[in-house]
Amino acid sequence: MGAYLRPRGLEEALQALTRPFTVLAGGTDFYPARVGRAVTEDVLDIAGIAALRGISETSAGWRLGATTTWSELVEADLPPMFDGLKQAAREVGGRQIQNAGTIAGNICNASPAADGVPALLALDAEVELASRDGARRLPLASFITGVRTTAREPGELVVALHVPRPRAEARSAFLKLGARRYLVISIAMASTLVEVEDGKVKAARVAVGACSPVAQRLPALEQALVGATVDAHLGERLAPSHLAPLSPIDDVRGSAGYRSEVALVLLRRLLSKVAA
Amino acid sequence: MKLEFTLNGRAASWDGAPVTRLASALRDDLGVTGTKIGCDAGDCGACTVLLDGRQVCSCLVAMGQIEGRTVETVEGLEAGPDAMAALQQSFLDHGAAQCGICTPGMLMAAQELVRRNNKPSRAEVEDFLGGVLCRCTGYGKIVDAVMDVVAPTPATASAAGEAVGSRIVRVDGPAKVTGRDLFGADTIPRDALWIRVVRSPHARARFVLGDLEPLRRRLAAVLTAADVPFNGYGIYPDIKDQPVLADGQVRYRGEAVVALVGEHAEVLAIRDDEVPITWTPEPPVFGVDAAMAEDAPLVQADRRGNLLLKGGVKSGDTAAALDACAAVAEGTFETAFVEHAYIEPEAGWARRVGDRIEIHATTQTPYMDRDEIANLMRLKPEAVRIVPTACGGGFGGKLDLSVQPLLAIAAWTLGRPVALVYTRPESMAASTKRHPARVTARFGCDAEGKLLACDVTALFDTGAYASWGPTVANRVPVHAMGPYAIPNVRTWGEAYFTNGPPAGAFRGFGVPQAAIAHEAMMDELADRLGIDRLEFRHRNALRAGDMTATGQTLAHSAGLAQCLDALRPHWRRAHEEIAAFNERGGSHRRGIGIGCMWYGIGNTSMSNPSRMRVGLSPGGTLTLYSGALDIGQGSNTIMVQIAADAVGLPADQFTLVTGDTDLTADAGKTSASRQTFVSGKAAEKAGQDLRQQILRLANAGPDAILSLEGATLSVRDGGEVRTIDLAASGPLMGEGTFDPPTTPLDAEGQGVPYATYAFAAQLAEVEVDVELGTVKVLRIVAAHDVGRAINPTLVEGQIQGGVAQGLGLALMEEYLPGRTENLHDYLIPTVGDVPEIECLLIEDREPLGPSGAKGIGEPALVPTAPAILGAVHHATGVRVHRVPLLPHRLREAIVALERKRA
Ligand SMILES: Cc1cc2nc3c(=O)[nH]c(=O)nc-3n(C[C@H](O)[C@H](O)[C@H](O)COP(=O)(O)OP(=O)(O)OC[C@H]3O[C@@H](n4cnc5c(N)ncnc54)[C@H](O)[C@@H]3O)c2cc1C
Ligand code: FES
Ligand code: FES
Repeated sequence: MGAYLRPRGLEEALQALTRPFTVLAGGTDFYPARVGRAVTEDVLDIAGIAALRGISETSAGWRLGATTTWSELVEADLPPMFDGLKQAAREVGGRQIQNAGTIAGNICNASPAADGVPALLALDAEVELASRDGARRLPLASFITGVRTTAREPGELVVALHVPRPRAEARSAFLKLGARRYLVISIAMASTLVEVEDGKVKAARVAVGACSPVAQRLPALEQALVGATVDAHLGERLAPSHLAPLSPIDDVRGSAGYRSEVALVLLRRLLSKVAA
Repeated sequence: MKLEFTLNGRAASWDGAPVTRLASALRDDLGVTGTKIGCDAGDCGACTVLLDGRQVCSCLVAMGQIEGRTVETVEGLEAGPDAMAALQQSFLDHGAAQCGICTPGMLMAAQELVRRNNKPSRAEVEDFLGGVLCRCTGYGKIVDAVMDVVAPTPATASAAGEAVGSRIVRVDGPAKVTGRDLFGADTIPRDALWIRVVRSPHARARFVLGDLEPLRRRLAAVLTAADVPFNGYGIYPDIKDQPVLADGQVRYRGEAVVALVGEHAEVLAIRDDEVPITWTPEPPVFGVDAAMAEDAPLVQADRRGNLLLKGGVKSGDTAAALDACAAVAEGTFETAFVEHAYIEPEAGWARRVGDRIEIHATTQTPYMDRDEIANLMRLKPEAVRIVPTACGGGFGGKLDLSVQPLLAIAAWTLGRPVALVYTRPESMAASTKRHPARVTARFGCDAEGKLLACDVTALFDTGAYASWGPTVANRVPVHAMGPYAIPNVRTWGEAYFTNGPPAGAFRGFGVPQAAIAHEAMMDELADRLGIDRLEFRHRNALRAGDMTATGQTLAHSAGLAQCLDALRPHWRRAHEEIAAFNERGGSHRRGIGIGCMWYGIGNTSMSNPSRMRVGLSPGGTLTLYSGALDIGQGSNTIMVQIAADAVGLPADQFTLVTGDTDLTADAGKTSASRQTFVSGKAAEKAGQDLRQQILRLANAGPDAILSLEGATLSVRDGGEVRTIDLAASGPLMGEGTFDPPTTPLDAEGQGVPYATYAFAAQLAEVEVDVELGTVKVLRIVAAHDVGRAINPTLVEGQIQGGVAQGLGLALMEEYLPGRTENLHDYLIPTVGDVPEIECLLIEDREPLGPSGAKGIGEPALVPTAPAILGAVHHATGVRVHRVPLLPHRLREAIVALERKRA
């Protein structure tokens, strides 16, 4: 039987991480990976650390504490630019999972189908990591390095996600495709955030998940959207070539070809949704 | 670590490893077993509890996180002793619990909602229940129960003689909605040793066991094939081909190889790679083509050509008749392995009592288990006692042995209670599946749309072991022409061994697969002749007086035409609405489809008797001794209703003793939709027998009215009332036996395979997202000829649950060994996927059945997939030849069709 630490303070947790521990937050990825076997590793339970909780507004934008659950996110009073992330939160598992699963757990688990990731990429989120030796920040895109791998060092904890304040009014949206209504791993999903000035797109970020080892931004599409009028025709700027960063695969949920095709459909619908 | 928290309003403390799951701590240490475990992975929601008022999966919460917090479980819902919460009462009244294994989780998920809003909308209810899977109910009655929580419609109680046909609540319902019902994993003694089974990671391999001594020293026992007295079991008396533990060779991924027996934590801590097994994998045989190939390796050495069985039905001259048809349709249709996905994994425990072995486990068939265990253990059947626990769903998958043999062997040799609970992946890998089928059909009709001939060949992948393969291969040819009068028929079935999981019994025994083919043919022929799809079926429906392809004349109760008549107004209305919707254009298109079926009740051409007893004790206790196992479908209640009216006393005066092979007589297995018809008839006869005895004692006439108060039985005959002092008269016992009359089928498949048939027609309305290839089923209307609905609420529950499984078969379910061995890769419908299902009950009485009843369990599922697929065709023009129709498959077919049209 391994050790189980449940510190209240961040310092204590970071001190503990000077030796190997498995981090436990909401447990919704931790336990499913351990069905039918004894849990013997040393566990660091971070769910009791006050400093990791809660959502706050800062001068630069917003800070989403690492252990913010999906339900807390949905219920938080946040501007419309967070609508996409909230829509993603409502699509994570069922209600039970949303009540327990955390936002940092989602990115640390680094599943290609993590629903939070495209929405956070669209928000241009940064990941704040802390260790005994100090803190650092990484763009989310450089934090997740591959299928279930991240740039997190063993001694580090994800402390928070930071979302910068946009320069103009911003709106966002998220769409998910799965083979059933609830509790479903995405076949593909997409999220976008557009900054709008004078009815036109000033800047846009678009990300697609489950169509590559790590969810990808689509820079060419983001470029193409700039200057477009924000109306029902926004989706017409979309071209198949914009999907170049994606590299979908065949699996039990869908074929590679299908994923490419539906990514386009989702993106077109997503753009009209955000423009509506 | 010791910690304090609040459990159901009371202070609780717990001590143990903080990483322990809350679900396990509740069940194993705190003695509240109302919380169920279906997967330990967040996928099923059976373990849902409220943590600080919010629903969570207790299998995903570390005890270390519970300190100081508030936990609520189903046990905390009740307001006091015998005072159910409004939500529980509403579940009970609506018949929202069938097997009841999901019920505690459903209740807790709903509780979070109704506390905030006790008049929730349907959409809100779906959002809150989206994380709890139910495999039995199709969700409709659960959603209704939550929406009606403020003003539940009370279910009826029934007076003497009025039980049959009334909507009385389930007799086992209170236990199910309070979490008190005890399932396979709920009664395990604390001092039990546990088994963990080491299973094959290979589909086909030889293996050698290394030195097991080091493990044996750490554990109570390590069991191998050598420890099994007779290492072969199987459904058929002459096919005992499946080993309890593999002997040097495995034939499917998930096959049991070694059983570790010891303390629970000990066996869990031993990793598979610590068990010395040297594997030599061999190329597996997957699919019937590989199995039939000339140089195919043999899955079982003595099965030439990998063939299990073949046979068919022949009447008239099909080849000649097809040549003469005005229209002929043909097609080939394929289905996948489908998993039962009952929410309760296989579970139980056993102990040795002197020279007997006693097994407490979840099962559908206590007497078959008893005989099979006796055979494996080389004991007399009387030396085996099966005490079935409540069964958390079966659907055919708990007809085969699972935990029982290893439990028996370990408990017998060690002399201690031994427990085994499958994990979800283990349950999925080890248990039987629905047979994958390839059905090739040709149907022809004349210019007026009268069917003249059909030729159907069905090839089945029966997996590594025979299990119920012969039943499927026999049943399908009888049903493969569909519920239609066709003068020239040739149907044929073949089943092949492969290195897939053993395919066994699953709601419908192959008939759902065949129905996909014959119903597609009906649509094509109707379209070709420009006849409405419903009317085409109506024209050809089997009716009373018609002769079937096996030469049986249907004397009574063939209500397909009535079912279609009942659907017609819905069909016409939906056609108009759909046309209007599609007129608007866009990426979503709607369609409507129809599916018909017939289904022979009981075993195919084989004796399948049931025996029932009704006793009246000197103390005045009226007891139905029923060996018919209720696996959620409601037979406990049905049997009581039937027996009550047969005796002439109210149903609520009955006590029920069920399943235990020491206390009840053999009522056969809960399969083939036979319990209402066969055991129900036996219960009726047993009740009548008891009544006769009472009337004789009272010297009263047949119309006398009985009433029972304490130990006094009053018999009112005309104006006269006689009382019988039961204490003086001694115990009375009525008995009844019924075996439906059938005859064997000859070489041409001629004979009387079933005494009666259920008929049904369902329509499905769907909306297809043409760009994404997704299908949303909007509505199902199901018309079923059940002979007589003994309890309409239970019949509707069967229909709705069957429809949900049919929907899964059509759209999402595909078991792939090693790839979809859990409930997040293997998808079954959630509350958001099953539409409203309207049930139309047609009661064309069957004179042989109790009060005219037939069966409903399997018929409910059969027409659904055909109706959905027909609706997809109507919406898109795509004829589906392979299920499940996953979004990418439909999208690819739509693109192919567009290309062809362009
Ligand atoms: C039934 C079910 C359905 C699900 N459905 C979805 C879905 O639809 N979409 C989706 O995206 N996900 C889904 N998930 C996955 C999961 O719920 C989410 O990824 C969730 O956000 C994980 O958070 P957690 O706090 O529970 O993670 P945990 O299980 O506690 O941890 C996950 C991983 O992250 C690490 N970790 C957690 N927090 C930190 C931290 N602060 N610093 C460093 N490492 C950390 C842990 O060590 C672990 O490796 C589902 C899970 C289940 C069980
Ligand atoms: S047992 Fe917890 S979700 Fe299935
Ligand atoms: S009643 Fe829901 S799973 Fe059986």
